[in-house]
Amino acid sequence: MDPEDIDIREIRILPGTKKNGEKEGYDNIVIVPGETISIVGPTGSGKSALINDIEMFARKDTVTGRTVLVNGAHPPEEYVRDPSKKPIASITQNTKCLADLPVSEFLEMHIKARKMGDVEDVALKTIELANEFVGEKISGDVKITGLSGGQTRALMIADAVVISNSPIILLDEVENAGIYKDKVIECVKRFRKAVVFVTHDPLISLMCDKRVVMSNGAVEKVIKPNGEEKSTLKEIMQTDRRIDIVREKIRSGESIADCWQLFGQAC
Amino acid sequence: MKLLIIAGPPSAGKTTVARQVIRHLLLKSKVSYFKIDVVRAFEDEELKKEFGIPTRKVYSGDLCPDHTGIMVLGDAIDWAEKNGSDFLIMESAGLCLRCSPYTTEGLGIVVLSAISGTNTPLKMGPMVSLADVAVVTKIDLISQAEREVFREKIKEVSKSMDIVEMNAVQGTGVQYLMRTIDSLSDIDKDKIELRGMAPLGVCTVCIGKKDIGWQNHFGVIRKLDGADYLYRGD
Ligand SMILES: Nc1nc2c(ncn2[C@@H]2O[C@H](COP(=O)(O)OP(=O)(O)OP(=O)(O)O)[C@@H](O)[C@H]2O)c(=O)[nH]1
Ligand SMILES: Nc1ncnc2c1ncn2[C@@H]1O[C@H](COP(=O)(O)OP(=O)(O)O)[C@@H](O)[C@H]1O
Ligand SMILES: [Mg+2]
Ligand SMILES: [Mg+2]
Ligand SMILES: [Zn+2]
Repeated sequence: MDPEDIDIREIRILPGTKKNGEKEGYDNIVIVPGETISIVGPTGSGKSALINDIEMFARKDTVTGRTVLVNGAHPPEEYVRDPSKKPIASITQNTKCLADLPVSEFLEMHIKARKMGDVEDVALKTIELANEFVGEKISGDVKITGLSGGQTRALMIADAVVISNSPIILLDEVENAGIYKDKVIECVKRFRKAVVFVTHDPLISLMCDKRVVMSNGAVEKVIKPNGEEKSTLKEIMQTDRRIDIVREKIRSGESIADCWQLFGQAC
Repeated sequence: MKLLIIAGPPSAGKTTVARQVIRHLLLKSKVSYFKIDVVRAFEDEELKKEFGIPTRKVYSGDLCPDHTGIMVLGDAIDWAEKNGSDFLIMESAGLCLRCSPYTTEGLGIVVLSAISGTNTPLKMGPMVSLADVAVVTKIDLISQAEREVFREKIKEVSKSMDIVEMNAVQGTGVQYLMRTIDSLSDIDKDKIELRGMAPLGVCTVCIGKKDIGWQNHFGVIRKLDGADYLYRGD
């Protein structure tokens, strides 16, 4: 099966059990292409376990006892077992690129493993997209291992979108300073991908279409913003951009004395 | 009784995989665990403490650990049968890349760590090519791209290999390995044979003699000119 053939209309998460063995209270969580979802909650509340359920297309065979369906049915086994057929790309804070290769060669290695044509062209496109997410541009001839944390994440996200062409992208606590979160979310929508963020970042959680709140290993509630949070979100986005400006100034050794003047233009 | 032989390079995650398997097996079976290592091993004490199962180890010292495994396997099977076990798990040291410890009858599992570099599967020789199942561990630590390439490389060595990707610490993916294990049949001790031709040419180097130069050795020797192996001695 070609990744192109995967036509995912929805992913449905059916409830399992809480840490204490009681049944979870929520109904179903449905994820559709182009949608962004954030998972929030204290450490140990089961955020990663939920993401893992999605990644494994759980069939009551994980610690949580949840079931995850694709288009209403259990997906074929290759979905889970073969990473090149899996419609999910998962990026966590532990995920690393180990190969000591220049960025373009690294991407070409992946493109060839996928037996895609236009190797160089696809690699270029991937780098271009990654550069939409970061201030400091990535160049194809730089070694992967020499990239910053933010650049690496940006590249992995772009890789998931362009090369893996994964309809679903899971990001577990990858809030790296230096990634333009709004650009990532905008890109997700443009490419009709679904993205699930496990996050402590207020901006990301507020920008998502749905917010899943976890506690004691269970989904506590699912919040769909109804516009009430809009004004708060606007303020926070402004603050975020301001911090970006200051960060870039500091990194390039400039004084931030005049930054306040730029704040007005940025937002 | 059923036999599982787990091989793979040092620190690949053999014991971590074994733990996940034991956890599942103990729900309805009895398990004995046997570790072969060169100098030191702690698995026997750890697993005995953790699961309360019979465990044992043997140190191979100067002999190739796979050779040692082959030598002691008969006794190990007798020991596990005496324990009343339904499964014997043998964990090798996986140091010798010319040998492979797998036998007919039992299940051969090679454990490879995804972070060991994408060419590793190509370098492991019969340890990979003669296995029934390749378990790839530490997938939680590596990029999607490298994961896919790693899998391609295993397929290059053995096209039909059953590949199970695992985060062995969390146990994700273990259910696919369990499915293969659940379908095993009992071993017939009189029929068990090594799967591959192990390089059994034991010479005096193999047993620990340190002198340099073929003149100082017996058994299978080799000179620089004339690439043939010679046998020297009785
Ligand atoms: N993150 C992560 N760590 C793992 C995984 N599998 C194993 N490890 C870790 O890797 C280290 C080595 O694992 P072991 O299971 O002891 O490896 P081994 O192959 O039995 O090692 P030897 O018997 O000493 O050769 C341990 O610290 C494990 O916790 C995995 O899938 N993910
Ligand atoms: N519903 C559940 N039932 C049983 N154990 C759970 C459940 N949800 C999570 N756990 C376990 O609780 C621990 C913490 O969960 P984790 O998902 O890592 O939390 P977080 O990512 O929010 O910090 C893990 O060991 C996980 O396996
Ligand atoms: Mg977590
Ligand atoms: Mg071990
Ligand atoms: Zn050997």
